Amino acid sequence: MNTREPAVEMRSISKGFNGVTVLNEVDFEVRAGEVHALAGGNGAGKSTLMKILQGVYQSDSGSIHVGGKPVEITSIQDAKAAGIGMVFQEFSLVPSLTVAQNIFLGAEPQGPIGLIDDREAVRRARDVFTEMEVVVDPRAQVSKLGTAYWQLTEIAKALAQNARVLIMDEPTASLAKHETEALFDLVSRLKTRGISIIYISHRMDEVYRIADRITILRDGRRLLTEALSNVTPEQIVEGIVGKKVEGQLTYRQREHDPASASPVLEARSLTCGKRVRDVSFTLHAGEILGLAGLMGSGRTELARVLFGIDSLESGEILVRGKKAVITSPQHAIAAGLALIPEDRRDQGLVLDHSVRDNLLLPLLDNIKRGPLLNAAAGRALSSSLIKKFAVKVAHPNKPVRLLSGGNQQKVVLAKWLGTEPDVLILDEPTAGVDIGTKSEILDMIRELANAGKAVIVISSEYPELLAVSDRVLVLRDGSISRELKRSEIADEESLQLAVQGV
Amino acid sequence: MNNTTISAQAPKTGGLDAVKRTLGELDWRRYVIYIGFVVVFIFFAVLLRDQGFLSPTNLLNIFRQTATITIIAVGMTYVIACAEIDLSVGSTAGLSSVCTAMALSQWGIVPGILAGLAVGLVVGSINGALVSLLGIPSFLVTLGMLGIAVGVAQWITASAPQPILNETFNMLFGSGNFGPVPGLIVWSAIFVAIGAVVLSRTKFGRQVLATGGNRNAADFTGINTKRIKFQVLLISGVVASVAGMLYAGRLESGRFQWGAGDELSAIAAVILGGTSLFGGAGSVVGTLFGALLIGLINNGLILAGLDSSQQQVVRGAIIILAVALARKK
Repeated sequence: MNTREPAVEMRSISKGFNGVTVLNEVDFEVRAGEVHALAGGNGAGKSTLMKILQGVYQSDSGSIHVGGKPVEITSIQDAKAAGIGMVFQEFSLVPSLTVAQNIFLGAEPQGPIGLIDDREAVRRARDVFTEMEVVVDPRAQVSKLGTAYWQLTEIAKALAQNARVLIMDEPTASLAKHETEALFDLVSRLKTRGISIIYISHRMDEVYRIADRITILRDGRRLLTEALSNVTPEQIVEGIVGKKVEGQLTYRQREHDPASASPVLEARSLTCGKRVRDVSFTLHAGEILGLAGLMGSGRTELARVLFGIDSLESGEILVRGKKAVITSPQHAIAAGLALIPEDRRDQGLVLDHSVRDNLLLPLLDNIKRGPLLNAAAGRALSSSLIKKFAVKVAHPNKPVRLLSGGNQQKVVLAKWLGTEPDVLILDEPTAGVDIGTKSEILDMIRELANAGKAVIVISSEYPELLAVSDRVLVLRDGSISRELKRSEIADEESLQLAVQGV
Repeated sequence: MNNTTISAQAPKTGGLDAVKRTLGELDWRRYVIYIGFVVVFIFFAVLLRDQGFLSPTNLLNIFRQTATITIIAVGMTYVIACAEIDLSVGSTAGLSSVCTAMALSQWGIVPGILAGLAVGLVVGSINGALVSLLGIPSFLVTLGMLGIAVGVAQWITASAPQPILNETFNMLFGSGNFGPVPGLIVWSAIFVAIGAVVLSRTKFGRQVLATGGNRNAADFTGINTKRIKFQVLLISGVVASVAGMLYAGRLESGRFQWGAGDELSAIAAVILGGTSLFGGAGSVVGTLFGALLIGLINNGLILAGLDSSQQQVVRGAIIILAVALARKK
């Protein structure tokens, strides 16, 4: 299936920003019809390398060859012309236009007098989808479609521009299980047509599933390029992190039995729309409760109800045995709850504001002196949070936008833990976070529970759930289908089966 | 000996490097309004040295003439920093001047002032309620309110000016001096000082910036963003009504035309001052300099003998240039 001929070759690419070397003579080569995984921790240089390939940045030295010929890529247009397409992690579609209009945006088919021929665009879009063997209506407005279709449209857009190499950055991050399966099928079909795919993902199982080879970057250098059949997951993780992380993802028996502690949060028959139906559970001090379930099973919706973002239709919430009326996040915070939301960029942070301002936002009452905020107290408080949570930041005044995903997530955590909540709800706390930071975050969760906080963890990653949860609730169609003690779950597979309902 | 010289010099160069580095990292775009202000000031000071540009009377005049715009722009800073807009401020000022004048001639000075403030409270509350509770874009709400307020002002006065004969009111609101300082300057100083401190040093100010920067994240952080949006539009309305009373006091009458078009000057001052049109960042002191820069340009162009059509062209070009320099990469 794989020809030996490289589709794209990047030779000894170096790149620095403000005198800091980000890439150091990196060689990277993708063969035609190959799925090539690109791995590395945050700051390893993955995104810089890919941005050079896409023409967003220019390398300081080194060369790029496409189909054996050297090419100059100095703009995104050059990259497109060379047959390199990108499937963006944050989608780059215009929601108000149709699928076909998006696919041909900027390259619209024209009629005889130069007017745009929308019908021709629809016809050609349909051809592309037929080749991809997927069913998408080219005339549908993008905003009305689900995320999976956005992604298909992105892929179609690249293919319509004759891309031979597709870069996919965490393509499954926002997909449900069956959508992920469909994407993998599509990837293998694209492979047989000789299209190469550069696959960036933090999910090891996916990488093993679909990639042929892997290149690992560490600290701006290429560590290795190897066929996946020749490397073990442990080797990859070690290569990314640079140290052994064994044991981070294993459950540790807790010293005390949290279930005997007093209940902090009680949910009684919570109901809200179709996604939260008659949900009851009890959460004890010092306990970590995992919420498992497929996309759309109501996990996030349950968190939203508990935090007062969506209002209850029926049921009641008790905090420390007393009925709490929670109809807004303000009530929830006053009752001692905190929510680390699913989408940290949209819901957790004001990206253009400084790390310090973001940290202090829920803590403004703590630094008030009279009606005014005390700047010195604010500096001291934010510095102590940055230190406590080991946030890597050049200066607290720098915009939080500039931090890596893992450090951004630490800022969100720090911001909320500064409020000293009794109940902490974390929705996908390690999504898009490199593996080193991931284990740090999991350790933090354990420490919080040991300090007596009650914690709810929502996660799509089973190893992570199994690593921290004392108890797991499985949600299905908005209701609790199973409640499992950690000791009742043998391994990842049995949790998978419980979630799938078999 | 040699060694000591070297070691004595080493920290010096290090210090110099540090200074260079700080300057390099300094985001000069944030200070472009101050740079621009100084550049334009020096330019006029040299060019118009024989036309009395630098005379104390002329400089005081610039302050006085920009006072009402400055005050309106302080309120507007909050609205824009919160990612909203208020187009109704100019006509709110006009309506306030009219209501103040009418109530004053009927019932005296205190009811007159209360009537003016009531205009701001009512207009601001309606704007705020429609934006925050019904979720109608502020651009549309306040565009409608612009017409309504000026229409009401014209209607209840049958387009006639309403003279104000109360000396105390006129002295207090704009015509008089507080000691040696013109009243209008004192008024704008008070508004700028309070506005700057509240925006940068209070919980409310932070919440306004957070709501403007990312409303979703602010909501999740437990900020009542609906209330914040209501409050900024209320502030803007009340501040505009005070500006209307200052027009009334300075011109000794209430008239529906007072303040007409001020919304555009105020928005220009706010944006020149470095407040982001998309919300999330704002500076009241920047706004003051934005307003002063506009006043400076107006004054300089008049002294330079340009006629009003030419003034408009030059003023427009300078504003575009300044905003272009201040924008983010």
